[in-house]
Amino acid sequence: MPTLGADMESGTLLEWRVKPGDVVKRGDIVAVVDTSKAEIEVEIFEDGVIDELLVVAGTRVPVGTVLATVRAAMGDGVPESASPAPPPALRAPAPSPTPAAAVPAPATPVATPAPAEHRMHVSPVARRMAAQLGVDLGAVAGSGPEGAITKADVELAAGGRVTPAAAASPPAPAPVAAPTPGPGAEAVAAAAAAQDTAAARQTAMREAIGALMARSKREIPHYYLRTQIDMSRALAWLAEENLKRPVSERLLSSVLLLSAVARAVARTPAMNGFWLDGGFQAAESVHLGVAISLRGGGLIAPALHDADEKSLDELMAGLRDLVARARSGRLRSSEMSDPTITVTNLGEQGVDLVHGVIYPPQVALVGFGGIRERPWAADGMVGARPTVNATLAADHRASDGHAGSRLLALIDRLLQTPEEL
Amino acid sequence: MNEQQLRDVVTGALTQVAPEIDPEALDPAADLSEQLDLDSMDFLNVIVAIHEQTGIEIPERDYPKLATLDDAVAYLAAAQQHGAAGPPG
Repeated sequence: MPTLGADMESGTLLEWRVKPGDVVKRGDIVAVVDTSKAEIEVEIFEDGVIDELLVVAGTRVPVGTVLATVRAAMGDGVPESASPAPPPALRAPAPSPTPAAAVPAPATPVATPAPAEHRMHVSPVARRMAAQLGVDLGAVAGSGPEGAITKADVELAAGGRVTPAAAASPPAPAPVAAPTPGPGAEAVAAAAAAQDTAAARQTAMREAIGALMARSKREIPHYYLRTQIDMSRALAWLAEENLKRPVSERLLSSVLLLSAVARAVARTPAMNGFWLDGGFQAAESVHLGVAISLRGGGLIAPALHDADEKSLDELMAGLRDLVARARSGRLRSSEMSDPTITVTNLGEQGVDLVHGVIYPPQVALVGFGGIRERPWAADGMVGARPTVNATLAADHRASDGHAGSRLLALIDRLLQTPEEL
Repeated sequence: MNEQQLRDVVTGALTQVAPEIDPEALDPAADLSEQLDLDSMDFLNVIVAIHEQTGIEIPERDYPKLATLDDAVAYLAAAQQHGAAGPPG
């Protein structure tokens, strides 16, 4: 069971996407795991062949539990066209001291496209209910938008064959409903079960957030900086740019902010990385964690990978995809474990600024309040300009205020030349 | 499209973004973003969905004119009348 975020202690294996004998490539999705926060698609770290699945779907296991064993991919007739590595004799002693399994596949792109399976639109509530009731989602006709499977569809599919035991919450398989309930009663029982799960998830999520934030406040000596940034150039450029674009390709101002942060962070290595084992480990790439509030409460901060190298269009597409999957679909394991610094944007709710709490083991968090017109003095005159308060919460063990202020100053400077973002 | 159809388009777009809402329970005169806790990404997705259904391109500067359900329906009806980009039918 991989750790999918620093606040995760255990996870429930929801389903396997592979079976023994399947050939897998680094980045393939092999399983779906439910943390207290979300359902996460688990990617495999290396190429190989699935040997044995050790954990049964539906089981909750602590982080670190071995879920499956994977044989190394090389030799044995496994197609390895992408790999220039010489085919070593798999059963002969390894020619080098490095075990074959530990050799990263040299030419296999990390960005392996997700398996071309049909992605079903299923609301998380419906998915959980289906899991509880043993309903095969593949066999359920969706009645929601774009054929999305809703709670009602699952109830309908479960109707007539749901047993009282199945409707009870998993740890307590005692009958809770009348022995022979009518379809109506079944639906009610199912809905109640789903509601229980939703409430339980809320509680679990609050506990997970609480534990992580308490650890952050307990262990990390935060320091806080704030700067006000003139956004008039950035917004004027954005308005003009969006005027040229069809609706579906428009950019949001938050994407300009993310881009500026990513590029500034790339030049401020002391802010980008992890505090681990009593020392700072700088990250080589900028994987920007984006705090996304979940409808109905809670928060998740998955990564936009290599955000400093992406164009605004790519960041916009990435953000749109991430928000959609965080809220209604699924995130991938690498998105949960990779963020090297996080950005939180609370301006939409109308606050002026946010003093963030760092996500351990990260060492910094950049926050934005709302972009709005405020008095701004320039050239001896006070006028009104759109401005935003950018804040930094950073770990004093890893950096000092000097480095932190450089980061904020750089973000400001980058936002003055939006056409270069 | 008539007014009811436009209303359905808007509520359909809203339920795509916020699947848990009950379109019947919407206050047609209240601010949608506040009522449904929509952020700018949600709102843009609503605009995109409306565009897909009606062909109407809503410029960014007009977003405030779609603040409530009633406003949005009125705006779309007017845009259609002016032959903006509405598809036949």
